[in-house]
Amino acid sequence: MDPLETFRHQTREWLEQNCPHGMRRPLSGDALMDTDICWGGRKWVFSGDDQRLWLERMASRGWTAPTWSREYGGGGLSRAEAKVLAEELQRIRARPALESFGISMLGPALLKYGTEEQKSRFLPPIVRGEIRWCQGYSEPNAGSDLAGLQTRAEDMGEHFLVNGQKIWTSYADKADWIFCLVRTDFAAPKHQGISFLLFDMDSPGVSTRPIRLISGASPFCETFFDNVQVPKEQLVGQLNAGWDIAKYLLTHEREMISGLFGVTGAGQATPTEIAVRRIGLEHGRLAEPVLRQDIARLEMDAAAFRLTLERVRDEARAGVGTGAASSLLKYYGTELNKRRQELLVSIHGSDALGWEGAAFDGGFVARSWLRSKGNSIEGGTSEVQLNVIAKRILGLPG
Amino acid sequence: MSLVYDDDERMLLDAAREFLRAESPVSALRALRDGADASGFSRDLWATMAGMGWAGLLVPEAHGGLGFAHMGAGILCEQMGRTLCASPFFASAVLGVTLLKLAASEAQQAALLPRVAAGEHLLALALDESPRHDPLAIATRATAAEGGFVLDGEKRFVLDGHVADTLIVVARTGGAAGEAHGISLFLVETGTPGLGIERQVMVDSRNAATVRLQGVRLGQDALIGTLHGGSPALERALDVARCCAAAELLGVATEVFERTLEYLRQRKQFGRIIGEFQGLQHRAAVLFCELELARSAVLGALRAADADGASLAAAASLAKARATEVATLAANEAVQMHGGMGMTDDFEIGFFMKRAAALRASLGDAYYHTHRYATLAGY
Repeated sequence: MDPLETFRHQTREWLEQNCPHGMRRPLSGDALMDTDICWGGRKWVFSGDDQRLWLERMASRGWTAPTWSREYGGGGLSRAEAKVLAEELQRIRARPALESFGISMLGPALLKYGTEEQKSRFLPPIVRGEIRWCQGYSEPNAGSDLAGLQTRAEDMGEHFLVNGQKIWTSYADKADWIFCLVRTDFAAPKHQGISFLLFDMDSPGVSTRPIRLISGASPFCETFFDNVQVPKEQLVGQLNAGWDIAKYLLTHEREMISGLFGVTGAGQATPTEIAVRRIGLEHGRLAEPVLRQDIARLEMDAAAFRLTLERVRDEARAGVGTGAASSLLKYYGTELNKRRQELLVSIHGSDALGWEGAAFDGGFVARSWLRSKGNSIEGGTSEVQLNVIAKRILGLPG
Repeated sequence: MSLVYDDDERMLLDAAREFLRAESPVSALRALRDGADASGFSRDLWATMAGMGWAGLLVPEAHGGLGFAHMGAGILCEQMGRTLCASPFFASAVLGVTLLKLAASEAQQAALLPRVAAGEHLLALALDESPRHDPLAIATRATAAEGGFVLDGEKRFVLDGHVADTLIVVARTGGAAGEAHGISLFLVETGTPGLGIERQVMVDSRNAATVRLQGVRLGQDALIGTLHGGSPALERALDVARCCAAAELLGVATEVFERTLEYLRQRKQFGRIIGEFQGLQHRAAVLFCELELARSAVLGALRAADADGASLAAAASLAKARATEVATLAANEAVQMHGGMGMTDDFEIGFFMKRAAALRASLGDAYYHTHRYATLAGY
C-alpha cells in the first residue's frame, strides 16, 4: 500500500479510538465566548473530561503541532501527512484539540529565529497546551503603522527593563506569556530599533485591562508594562533586528486569520443551508430570488477561496509558491466573512437581532456579525494588505 | 489532485507560450481583421498547430491524437487568450472532439477523429437558437423520415460555423422546449442540400455563423448517441468547453492586467508615476486578488473535468462565472487606467475587451452560471 494510504488508515483507526464523542460535535454558540474551544494554559478550565482527554491524547502524539519536529514535541509529520491528518479530523468533524497563538504564530518564529535553548525550553509546553501565549504588537499610536511602536526596553546589564503600553492584545488577561515588540534603539530609523522579547505575564509590573467590544465580548486587552524585568536570554534573534521576526510572524498571523474566518468551519451550517431551512423553497428555488442570487454569489466566491487555499498549499508543497499569498488570503478571507455575516443577518430577519436568551442562542447571529467587523482590521487592515500586494507583489512604486 | 501543473503540463505551457507569442501576436488578429480574411484565421498557422498535435490534443491516441488531459486544453486556451490567437481550436478540438468522444459510436469516431486530429477536418457545434445561451431551448426539429431524418430550424452564434466541415446539430426529436428528454445530436456535412451557413462578423473579429436548416435530409447514421438522449453528453461536453472558455478568459484577463501594470509603472502625471497613487494601487490589488481566485476556480474545474466525476457541472459553472467577471473587470479597468489611449483602435487593449465580451456570451454568462450553480446545489 502507498505509505500515505497506510498513514491514513492508521490515523483513522487511532482517531476512532481516541477522539471522544463529545469532541465530534459542531462548536456551539459558546464558541464565540471561547469556552467551547480549548486554548490551554495555566489558567485554563476544561469544559469537561472530553476536552481534557482530547488535548492530552493529541498532544501525546505531537499532533497539536503536526509538522514540528519530534525533538520539540511536535508530530514530525510531512506536509502531505499533515494534510491527511487534517482531512481525517475533518471527516469525523473533530473539534480542534488546541487553538494556540503559540502554535500558529510564535512557534514558526522560534523555529526560524530562536536559539537551540529557546526552542527546547518554549516549544514543548506549547505543543502540550501548558503555556498560553499572547502577542504584544499594537500600541495606541502604532496600529497600521506598527513600526512606530514606542514601548521601550532598556539594557540594564543583567536584564531589560520594559516600560510602555500595548493595545488590542488578544486574550492578554488569559495568557501566561507574551511575545512582545519593544524599542531598544531610539536613535535608529524606526524599523531598525525594534527587538523581540518573551516574558511571563506574571512578572511584576505587568497588568491587563479587557476592552469590551460592540459584540459584547472582550477578546482584546490593553496591556501595561511598568518597570518589567526581562532576563537577557529571553531576547529572540539579534538586538534591534526584531522587525524581521515581526514581519515573518505577521505572515503567519495573516494565514491563521484567513484560515479561521475565510471558510465556514467544520460542522457549521452554510448560509445556503440556513436560508433553505428558514425561508424555504418554491418550485425548487429559494423563495426570495434576489436573496438567492446574493447567496449563490457568496457561496461561489467561498468555493473559489477554498480552492485558492488548497492551491496555495499545493504550491507550497511543490516548492513553487510565491510566498506572497498571505496578504491575498487575509484580505479576501476576512472581507468574505464580513459579507457572509451580513447575509446571515438578512436571512435571519428580526431573529438576528436577539441579544440574550436561549431563543436566540445567546445572540449568536448578532454577536458574530458584530465581531466580524474586526476581521478586516486585526492582523493588518484590508487597506494595509492591499498596500502590500500593490508594492511587493505587483511592483508598483511609492 | 494537485492544483499545480505537472511536468508534462509545464512543458506544454512553455511551448505554447513561446509559439503563440512568436507566431500569433495580437497584430496577427489585427491583420486578419483589416484584410477581411475569408476564413477569419490563418490556415498555415492552424496546420503548424496541428503538426504540434494541438488539433488532436484531446483525441485518443487510438484515433491519432495525443490523448492529453483536459488540463492541457485549458493551458492552450489560456495562452491563446493572452495573444488573442484566432483558430478553430476551441470549436473543433475542444467542443467538437469532446462531444464526439462522449456520444459518437466507435465507427463514427474512427471515421472523423483522425482527420480532425490531423487538422484537416473542422467541427462546429450548432446549438443556440436565441441570443442568450440555453441548451434546453431547442426548437429545431428532426422528424423521422424514410431511412433517416429531416431537419428544420435555425441556429445562431455557431462558433467557426462558416469554416466547419461537419456540424454537430442539436435538434429535438421529442419532448417540449425546455425539456432534456427528446434532444438528439446529428452530424451534418456542410454542403448537404437545404443547409445554409451565413458568416457573421462579430465584435471580436472572430466568426460565429447563422445556420439555417430547411428540409435537410440525413441518413440513420447521422444520429450520434441515442435518440432523444443527447442531452447528458451535450451538457458534459459543454461543461468541458466552459472550463476551456474560462481558461481563455483567464488568459485575456491576465494579459490586460499585466499590460495595465506596466503602464502604471511608466506613465507620469502630476510629476509622478501614476502607479504611486493609492487610488490606483488598491484597484490593481483588488483585481489581482480576483484574478487569483478565478485562476483557482479554473484549475479546479479542469481537474474536475479530468476526474470524470459528477462534480464537473458546478465546478465548470463556478469557473465560467468567475472568469467571465474577472475578464470583464480587467478589461474595463485596463481601458480606464490607460486613459484616452485605451479608447484608440491603435492600442491593443480594445481587442482584449472585445474578445472578453464574445467569450462572456459563449456557453452562458455569469448570470446564467450563478443561476445554474444554485440550481445544482438544490436551491
